[in-house]
Amino acid sequence: MSEEKASATSEFEREPVPERAQLGFKSFVGMYAGEHCAGTELMIGPLFIAAGVSAFDLLVGLLLGNLLAVLSWLLFTAPIATRVRLTLYFQLEKICGRHLVVLYNLANGVMFCFLAGAMITVSATAVGVIFRQSEWFSFELPAITDVYPNSVGWVVSVLVLGALISIVAAFGYQSVSKFANIAAPWMVLVFLAFGVVTARQFIDATDTQIRSLGDVWHLATTSIWTGEDPLPGQAKFGFWHVTFFAWFCNLAMHVGMSDLTVFRFARKSRYAVATGAGMYVGHYMAWIAASMLFALQLHQTHPTDKTIELLVAHSGEYRAIGAEKLQQVPITSKLIRDAMEIEDQLVAEGKMPESDKQVKVPTPLPGDLAYNSCGIAGLLCVIIAGWTTANPTIYRAGLAFQAIVPRTSRFVVTLLTGGVATIAGAFPAIAMKMLDFVAIYGMVLMPMGAVIFVDFWLFRSLGLQSNYAEVSRKNFNWAAGLTYFLTLGTCLFMRLVLGVEIFFVSLPGWFVAAVLYILLSAIYQRLRPAGKEIPKGSPVPVVH
Amino acid sequence: MRLIAQLISWLSFFATIVPSVAYLAGQVTLEQCKWQMLLATVAWFVATPFWMGREIPASDPQAIDPL
Repeated sequence: MSEEKASATSEFEREPVPERAQLGFKSFVGMYAGEHCAGTELMIGPLFIAAGVSAFDLLVGLLLGNLLAVLSWLLFTAPIATRVRLTLYFQLEKICGRHLVVLYNLANGVMFCFLAGAMITVSATAVGVIFRQSEWFSFELPAITDVYPNSVGWVVSVLVLGALISIVAAFGYQSVSKFANIAAPWMVLVFLAFGVVTARQFIDATDTQIRSLGDVWHLATTSIWTGEDPLPGQAKFGFWHVTFFAWFCNLAMHVGMSDLTVFRFARKSRYAVATGAGMYVGHYMAWIAASMLFALQLHQTHPTDKTIELLVAHSGEYRAIGAEKLQQVPITSKLIRDAMEIEDQLVAEGKMPESDKQVKVPTPLPGDLAYNSCGIAGLLCVIIAGWTTANPTIYRAGLAFQAIVPRTSRFVVTLLTGGVATIAGAFPAIAMKMLDFVAIYGMVLMPMGAVIFVDFWLFRSLGLQSNYAEVSRKNFNWAAGLTYFLTLGTCLFMRLVLGVEIFFVSLPGWFVAAVLYILLSAIYQRLRPAGKEIPKGSPVPVVH
Repeated sequence: MRLIAQLISWLSFFATIVPSVAYLAGQVTLEQCKWQMLLATVAWFVATPFWMGREIPASDPQAIDPL
């Protein structure tokens, strides 16, 4: 993108992007390929292993889920983006009114704050690895089951890192954005190297002879993605979990329409296939590679002497296997679960104090995993990936909060936002529950995507006024506002009362939002007409 | 200067992935692989800023996608 076009990016916030500023296909390939190899991938990949995913479910589920994501950009986002050529926020303002956009922005900002926090957590695990070598400042890293910070060293490390990231974000994000662009191609290759190196380590660790693709598949199904029970505290992932997770990971961006802001620059809507570069590099290759890192860690971890002692003493099944053999086997979720159950039982019977519990669930710590695989280059990848994701995310969240109190300084708001993200980052639960959090993030922002879709494609043919807030000069379109809250309420009902898993609620949620917006708009617009007649069946408005 | 920087960047780009492939093929040890990747990384970050200054649509902060 030329400098003229770069400066143009901020010029067209409240007007359609003109033809001279539109971009070719390559710009989008580069952008998506680089953007989706981020710090989050280092957490998501290992969590698939913790969720007990099998080789077929992961490899084919990701293939399908990412295809659905690309189709969502292609069929939902880009056709509207290339017709109206407006940012998401300006488009939303026309439909929902300024006050509702501020509310939406607030929801966006809060979610971004927590995501940035998770990235600070990821980077801090790398700092922990660096300091582990030193005697004066080594500290215990959090475990997968930890909700709260587990050591003073961990908190200090997160605070220092978070403060640095926040200060840089407060000074603006262009320089970090430039650095992220430079790092992106290198990061893609380091992720690939994680997978390649780990493949060899698996071959060596299992004494496998690779002579055919069948041997590779055998290694994948029996040692890497075994599909066994999830680790304690994690949900079990099957084919549809993986598919829906991959599809909805960027729900806010495609079906949620956030990427209207990106594709308003595309000459043709078909350029949205460029998102495939991001999906299949970042959300296929990088997730698979990152998952292999944790699978290897599990494979190389053996039960501790204490765990073996516990199992052999209290379980006939393990007594039959024998302590010597148990020392050789890789740790499994069944073994951990059984040992934990024995501990719980002993505590309940008063035969063991709670503080003597020693069985721990192995934790995916990106810093550790990357260092063991690719050394310092891997460690740098974790720090840079976490940093270059957290930094713009804090900046973006700051902008969202500043929109609520426009007179405050962006510098101060960004610093405060960074402070909140840093505090969130000290709580490992957000990073360790990343799969659930990503699903919630998509769900929270999805309803407005349905509102935009329906408003653009269906309202005219239904005899309803599109861009109602703009035409009626209202600051709050109650039909859109109620649609948003009732949809979220319905999703919560599905999750909490009907027991639908969080990964699946957004699909029916989209249809609920679409139907609600039509019905509520029909009532609202009849009660408060915009003052402008719209002939039935008139064409969709196209801004040239 | 720009051409030399580009040449170093491309060489270091490939040198980032080659050691892992060589390790997979059993041609180098894991330690050698790690050191070679580090050297390639240093070369990439020294050379690339001299020529890669492209801006992309994501430079609009509204378009940031952390996932």
